[in-house]
Amino acid sequence: MACGCSRVASEDVRDDLPPNPWFSTDYLVRSWPDVSQALSQHVSLTVQAVLVAAAISFPLAFLAHRWPRWAPPVLSTTAVLYTVPSLALFALLAPWTGIGRTTVLIGLVVYALMLLTRGILTGLRATDPEVADAARGMGYSPTALLLRVELPQALPAVFSALRLTTVSTVALVTVGVVVGYGGLGQLLFRGLRANYRAEVMTATLLALAVALVADLLLAVVGRLVTPWARRGVGAWTS
Amino acid sequence: MDVLTEAFRWLNDPLNWTGPSGVLALGWAHVWISVAATALAAAVGLPAGIWLGRRGRGQTLGVAVSNTTRALPTLALLALLAASGTFGSTATILACAVFALPPMLSGAVDGLNAVDPQVRDAARGAGLSSAGRLWRVEMPLALPVIAAGVRTAAVQVVATVPLAALVGGHSLGTVVVTGFGTQRYGQVVAGALLVAALCLAIEGLLALAQRALTPRGLRARDRDKSSHSKPSDDSPSGRRPPARRPRVRVRRLHDSQTEVPAG
Repeated sequence: MACGCSRVASEDVRDDLPPNPWFSTDYLVRSWPDVSQALSQHVSLTVQAVLVAAAISFPLAFLAHRWPRWAPPVLSTTAVLYTVPSLALFALLAPWTGIGRTTVLIGLVVYALMLLTRGILTGLRATDPEVADAARGMGYSPTALLLRVELPQALPAVFSALRLTTVSTVALVTVGVVVGYGGLGQLLFRGLRANYRAEVMTATLLALAVALVADLLLAVVGRLVTPWARRGVGAWTS
Repeated sequence: MDVLTEAFRWLNDPLNWTGPSGVLALGWAHVWISVAATALAAAVGLPAGIWLGRRGRGQTLGVAVSNTTRALPTLALLALLAASGTFGSTATILACAVFALPPMLSGAVDGLNAVDPQVRDAARGAGLSSAGRLWRVEMPLALPVIAAGVRTAAVQVVATVPLAALVGGHSLGTVVVTGFGTQRYGQVVAGALLVAALCLAIEGLLALAQRALTPRGLRARDRDKSSHSKPSDDSPSGRRPPARRPRVRVRRLHDSQTEVPAG
């Protein structure tokens, strides 16, 4: 990196102020419309993918928890899907779902499914069997047991799975560049093609920032939703 | 359907398999790059993880490292390396090694942390030196978890290498990227099938290898663990043995009590 900087600096030696090729506020100001569009595309894709994945994986995890016979097939199917590389998945989907948002969204949801389902299921299973027994003895139906005892107990695990999923989804959106809909990946790729380092660096830092902000937000929400965990009663650290 | 026929036609053309950018050459490059990246990550991650795990710390560090690298898009790292002048296989190997590091690290740390402290004490009591304890007691016990980490890392690397095609690296991903570039969707699908098949095959092979490497006595325990679906993050080591032992002791107590009046 250092040698790259010095080389460019010597190229630009005729300018009075050799600009840093990696960081440029000038770039950010000039192409802010582009950057903000890529940023909003990135964020909206992430939010949508995580929401859709959550809508699918909660019922899946409940199913696998209630009828344990279903757990191995559910987990192994999602694991096999997860093994397929993102580039291949987008490429497999593209001829049928077209170039653009749908393809990227389906791919993201598939990857988020495995992380979320496994996390939720792990959380549900971590319920103390004696607590579940006590609830059953008090006359809780299986559904009430799930919703009022096991799910609240699983919340810390659910939130850590959500955070993991969101962060990896943010990173994965960039691969959508192969079908022309990669959010910040679009800037990354364009900057690389044009050998414009400031664009590459800006896109990278923005992607990191999106991931960190999303992680922080979910962490705060998780703390608010599980007030009992804060007092150290459950001694649960995500 | 048309695309599928096209894909199979592409796969059936012998000209696509041979030559410097044929499937065989690209597949070989793919495997070679994956092996190099995994080896590089193992050379750095395993000793560090073993050292940290033996000292009973490093879990927070491992989590922090893996969280940061997860937030950094692979494509971004590849683009950064390419933009700073490192193209081709070197950049791919470096980038993939960076992403393979966290699973290796956490596998080694978790594996050694999970060794029962009483077993460690017993080994010390039996007069084993520090190195002897590590190689003859702790490593064999930690091996399944370490192997699982290596396997995760390797599969992840094989799945990440295709992305390098976007920045000019040679791998099976090249078939896909070229297909997109020339809008030949048959080739795109064919390349995707090849990449997916390679990844699933490697995953299967490594699963078999891990099974073969695990001593038979540990296999049942391993299956027990996997049915609980990855509890390694909650460190079951401290919890389970104490939960089991009192139960045994209680049963013995009952036995002796019922025996005493009888005898």
